[in-house]
Amino acid sequence: MTVAVASARVFRRNWLVYRRLWHRSIAFGFLQPLMFLTAMGIGIGSLIGAQQQDAFGGFPYLHWIGPGLMAAMAMQTATFESTYPIMNKIMWGRNYEAMLSTPLSVRSLVGGELGWVAFRIGTLAAVFLLVLLVLGIPRSPAAVLAVPVAMLTGVAFSACLIAFTATQKNDVGFSAIFRFVVNPLFLFSGTFFPLTQLPEGLRALAWATPLFHGVELMRGLILGSLNLAAAPIHLAYLLVMAAIGAYFADRLLQRRMAG
Amino acid sequence: MSGPESLVHARGLTKRYANGFTAVDGVDFDVFPGKAFGFLGPNGAGKTSTMRMIACSSPISDGTMTVIGMDPRTQARQIKARLGVVPQIDNLDTELTVRENLEMYARYFDIPGDVARRRADELLEFVQLDERATDQVEPLSGGMKRRLTIARALINEPELVILDEPTTGLDPQARHLLWERLYQLKRRGATLIITTHYMDEAEQLCDHLVVMDKARIVAEGSPRQLIDEHATREVLELRFTDNVRAALNGQLDGLADRIEELPDRLLLYTADGERTLEQVNARGIVIESALVRRATLEDVFLRLTGRTLVE
Repeated sequence: MTVAVASARVFRRNWLVYRRLWHRSIAFGFLQPLMFLTAMGIGIGSLIGAQQQDAFGGFPYLHWIGPGLMAAMAMQTATFESTYPIMNKIMWGRNYEAMLSTPLSVRSLVGGELGWVAFRIGTLAAVFLLVLLVLGIPRSPAAVLAVPVAMLTGVAFSACLIAFTATQKNDVGFSAIFRFVVNPLFLFSGTFFPLTQLPEGLRALAWATPLFHGVELMRGLILGSLNLAAAPIHLAYLLVMAAIGAYFADRLLQRRMAG
Repeated sequence: MSGPESLVHARGLTKRYANGFTAVDGVDFDVFPGKAFGFLGPNGAGKTSTMRMIACSSPISDGTMTVIGMDPRTQARQIKARLGVVPQIDNLDTELTVRENLEMYARYFDIPGDVARRRADELLEFVQLDERATDQVEPLSGGMKRRLTIARALINEPELVILDEPTTGLDPQARHLLWERLYQLKRRGATLIITTHYMDEAEQLCDHLVVMDKARIVAEGSPRQLIDEHATREVLELRFTDNVRAALNGQLDGLADRIEELPDRLLLYTADGERTLEQVNARGIVIESALVRRATLEDVFLRLTGRTLVE
C-alpha cells in the first residue's frame, strides 16, 4: 500500500462521516458568505462613495471585499478542521491509535487529513465563488483558479496547525491560536481594507504573514487585476508554507503517537 | 535462543520513558503458537507497556524481541499487518456505524471491499452484534463495544491477537460472554496474549502465565504449576473479632506452612484445610468465621509480592 493509497483510505474515513452531513455543510457554505457579503459589502460598502473607490483599485467595495472574505474562509475552515477534530483523533477518541495499529503510517494520516481539508475547502470555495457570480463580481474566467488557490491556502494553514495540535496536551492552546493568530490575520491581511492604509512597519509585517498572499492571489484572479510580477511570490510563499507545515506535522505527530 | 516455533520472543525487553521511568525492566518470555499467554499483575506492573512494544506502537528501549519472526524496530508495518490489537481503552470510531467500523478498518489493512464486507458479516455474527450492524457505536453497552473491538481486531485474520485487559469494567454476564468468545477463538487456533489483573480471568483463559510486579516478571508457568509451586493445596481463611485478633500472639504457630495476614482476615496455607480448622478449634481460639478453599493465583501473587492483585 503506497502512502497515496493509504492517505486515500484516511480520506475515505472522513468522507464516510461527512456524507451524512454534506447537505448541512453546503447550506452553511452558502449562508456564511451571504451574511458577510451583505453586512460588509452592502452594509458598509454602501457608505463608501464612488469617489473613494480608487483606494480599492477602482472596484466597488462589495466586489473588492468578496475575494478577501473567500480567502479568509479558507483559513478559518482549515483552522477549525485542524484543531479540535485532530485533537479528538489523537487524544479523546483515540482514532489515530486505532489506525496506527494497522499498516497505516503517520505520513498517510497527515496526507489523508490534508487531502480532506483541501476537499472541504474546495467545495466551500466553489460555493463561495457561485455566490460571487450571482452578485456579478468575477471579471475574468481565471476566477475559477481562485478555488485551487483557496485549497492551497487552506492546506498551508492546516499543515502548520496539525503540527501545532500534535504538540498540545489539551485544548487551551487553541484559544490562543484563534485569538492571537487567526483573528489578527483575518483583520490585517488586506481582507477588509488595503494594506496601503497601514503604517510602513505594519505593512511589511502583513507581507510576511500567510493569509495576505492568499488574499492577493484570489482577489487578482477574481477581479482580473492580478499583479503578474508578485503572483509567483505569493504562490511560492503558500507552497513553501504547506511543505514545511506537512514536514513538521509528520514529525511531531510521529513523536506524539509513539509513547 | 530464538526457537523458530516461538511467535513472540523477548530477551531483556526494557521500556524506559523520556521522564526516566522504567516501566518494563529486562523481561524474558516466549509466546508459542495456538496458546493463550497471560500477563498477570496489578495496575502499573508494566503489562500495558509490554503489550504496546509487542504491538509495535511503542519503541523498545533495550533488549531484543521478535514478533512473528520479525523485528519491531524495522518491520513494524509487516508485523502490524498480521496482528490484532484490542487496547485497554476502547478506540472505536464513534462517528461511524458498527458495520462501518469493521469495513473501514479492513480498508486500512488494504483488504478488498468485497472481502471486507464478507468478513464483517461473519465477525458481527461471531461477536453477536449482527442485529446492531447499522447502529451508531455510542449507544452500545460496554460489553458490546468490547465485542466490537475484538471483531475489529480479527478483521485481518491475525495470527496473533493482543488483548489488554479485555474485560476490565464489564459486568459478570458480559465478562462470561466475552470469555466464551475468546475461548472459541483459541479453539480455532488463534494465539492470544492477554493482560489482566483478574486471577479468575487468567485461570479461565490462559495456558501459560507470567506474573509481573514492578516492571519485572516474578513467576512463570501454567496456572496449575504456579499454584503448585507457590501455594499449598488448600487455604483456610479465618476472621476474628478485633480483640481476639489482637491477643492471638503466636497461638496459631505451627498449624500451617505459612500464614498471611490481611487487614480483614488471616490466610493459613495448608494441605488440608478442614484438619487445620479442627486444630485451631482444639486450641480453643475463638473464630468469628472460617472458610476452606482451594488455593488460587491470588494466593500465588500474595506469596510473591506480599500484595493483593486488585487493590
